[in-house]
Amino acid sequence: MASSAAERVARPPGRTGDRVFKGIATSAGVLILLVLAGVALFLTYEGFPAFTAAPGEIPGAGGITGYIWPLVFGTLLSSFLALVVAAPLAIGVALFISHYCPRRLVGPLGYLIDLLAAIPSVVYGLWGIFYLAPHLVPSYTWLAGHLGFLPFFSGPASVTGRTILTASLVLSVMVLPIVTALCREIFLQTPRLHEEAALALGATRWEMIRMTVFPYARSGMVSAVMLGLGRALGETMAVAMTLSATGVITVDLISSTNPSTIAANIALKFPDSTGIQVNALVASGLVLFAITFAVNFAARAIVGRRREFSGAN
Amino acid sequence: MSTAVRTSPPGDPRELVDVRDPFHGEQLPRWAPFAALGAAVAVAAALHWLVGLGPVLSLVTGWLLFVVGLTGLSRSVEGGRRAIDRLAATLITSAFAIALVPLLTLLWKVLSSGLPVLSGQFLTFSMRNVVGEGGGIYHAIIGTLLVTGVAALMSIPIGLFTAVYLVEYGHGNNLARVITLLVDVMTGIPSIVAGLFAYALFVLFFGEGVRLGFGGSVALSVLMIPLVVRASEEMFKLVPNELREASYALGISRWRTIVKVVMPTALAGIVTGITLAIARVIGETAPLLIICGATDSVNFNVASGRMMTLPVFIYNSFKQPGVPPEFGYARAWGAALVLTIIIMALNLIARLVSYYFSPKTGR
Repeated sequence: MASSAAERVARPPGRTGDRVFKGIATSAGVLILLVLAGVALFLTYEGFPAFTAAPGEIPGAGGITGYIWPLVFGTLLSSFLALVVAAPLAIGVALFISHYCPRRLVGPLGYLIDLLAAIPSVVYGLWGIFYLAPHLVPSYTWLAGHLGFLPFFSGPASVTGRTILTASLVLSVMVLPIVTALCREIFLQTPRLHEEAALALGATRWEMIRMTVFPYARSGMVSAVMLGLGRALGETMAVAMTLSATGVITVDLISSTNPSTIAANIALKFPDSTGIQVNALVASGLVLFAITFAVNFAARAIVGRRREFSGAN
Repeated sequence: MSTAVRTSPPGDPRELVDVRDPFHGEQLPRWAPFAALGAAVAVAAALHWLVGLGPVLSLVTGWLLFVVGLTGLSRSVEGGRRAIDRLAATLITSAFAIALVPLLTLLWKVLSSGLPVLSGQFLTFSMRNVVGEGGGIYHAIIGTLLVTGVAALMSIPIGLFTAVYLVEYGHGNNLARVITLLVDVMTGIPSIVAGLFAYALFVLFFGEGVRLGFGGSVALSVLMIPLVVRASEEMFKLVPNELREASYALGISRWRTIVKVVMPTALAGIVTGITLAIARVIGETAPLLIICGATDSVNFNVASGRMMTLPVFIYNSFKQPGVPPEFGYARAWGAALVLTIIIMALNLIARLVSYYFSPKTGR
């Protein structure tokens, strides 16, 4: 504000250029808002016919709710499972890189984990179906035989290994590097003096981590996991290729009939869909957009709140 | 507490443990974890080859033995706190080892299945009129380069100018805060939603069932713009204010300061960020599957017609491998290897640029 007042007095050269440049920069920023609004708007416009259509026209029974609900269930189930596996692992890996491995290796090991994030999802899909799924079949048979009394492993075990558990494991591998990278950054920001104070009081390394690193990083860890959740919810190809989906609602994780996910269902059905089917798919995409928007928004809000209080930034 | 090693008489049982430091309690020798690990590996190997247990089960048993054994040993010698410390260290190191398993198996699988397929023909032929063996990914490479290139041409200016606005003009006013928040949220948009957006947009102009390469570029831009904004915003913020003020003091106008002083200083970081963003979106499959479709022929025109891209080629060769399926699967792995190499190369370029060209004071 002050500088613009000064400019008015001094009349420096290049005023027109300045105004044009500022105009371009501002319109680029506004364009981003328009794009995001456009995403919501066009999805609603294209998906709207599915909400008003007669229940009989929507594929499957029960109209649009009956169509989308099983997909929402599958999406939430697979993402939840993926995070149950990935979150503790990611925090462990991040701790290993930030506080356990030799200092020289921090960079290279971080790069190694970042490599996992760089691999495209379709390659993960190939790996999931041709490598992971066949290798998991014996474990599934074992689980169905020995832990079959649990509803999750009631079986009968899939012979191809293309179950929702396999898909979730592939998802967890894809989420892992994202959560790891975020957690690692936060762990490395822990004030050095806090850590040294804890060590000087005779704490072991683990006690030091519990007393200084975790309290400092707690909100950051939560938001990292939620950002990972956002990624898992929207992941498409790995699930579409790995999962043998029948669209049922079940908690049986290792059988050959599995719930599908929103994103995978769109990818599988879209190329061959016409008319109201396309509208139904777009409507399910709108639901996915809303869910991931909410999750990401919450994650960012948690980070923002931390920033206000900590004073570290 | 004050037992020094030298005063202990020969034959003292304390000699067995390593008590070189009078300020510590009794400690396990440094080689204890490695010995325990060796023992656990031996047990796992014996379980697998002698008893005949499955590989996963014997590994898990060996690992459990290692964890319980080392913790128990440490608890009996060093006490509970150190035992928990060792347990935590073991679990954390194990987490890292587990995380490496998928990376290594994936790279091995892509290399071993993809390398035999690579040949001059594979890279320079399209799939037109190919049944069974032969054919290549030329059309998919062209498509990927065109779609990603056009996406980059749209995203880089928009992203850069938005970052300029946020850092140089916005200064935390309401619009800038909203843009920052929404850019953050935008990074989380699922790629398939971006594809649906592009479809819903172009349906308005071209009617139902529209497929064109430019639509793919629009979808990729939606994913790429927030990445470019974030990367360049961080870099602009790193440029010291003294440089801007020095330029203003010389009577240089604001926009020339940004173009001639701020941007060159941040250039290396911005190039790195943009390269990483391209590497991110070049592997996206779902949006291209929806809006670009699939074809067997070369298409140089982004403005009309279906256009094959590498990720969609991989998916299609897997989904419709043809009869017999081996050749389709082999082409899928070959294309996966090529795509992975492209992405790794982009990542490497990004690292090298940031390593060699970034200003040394910024770190």
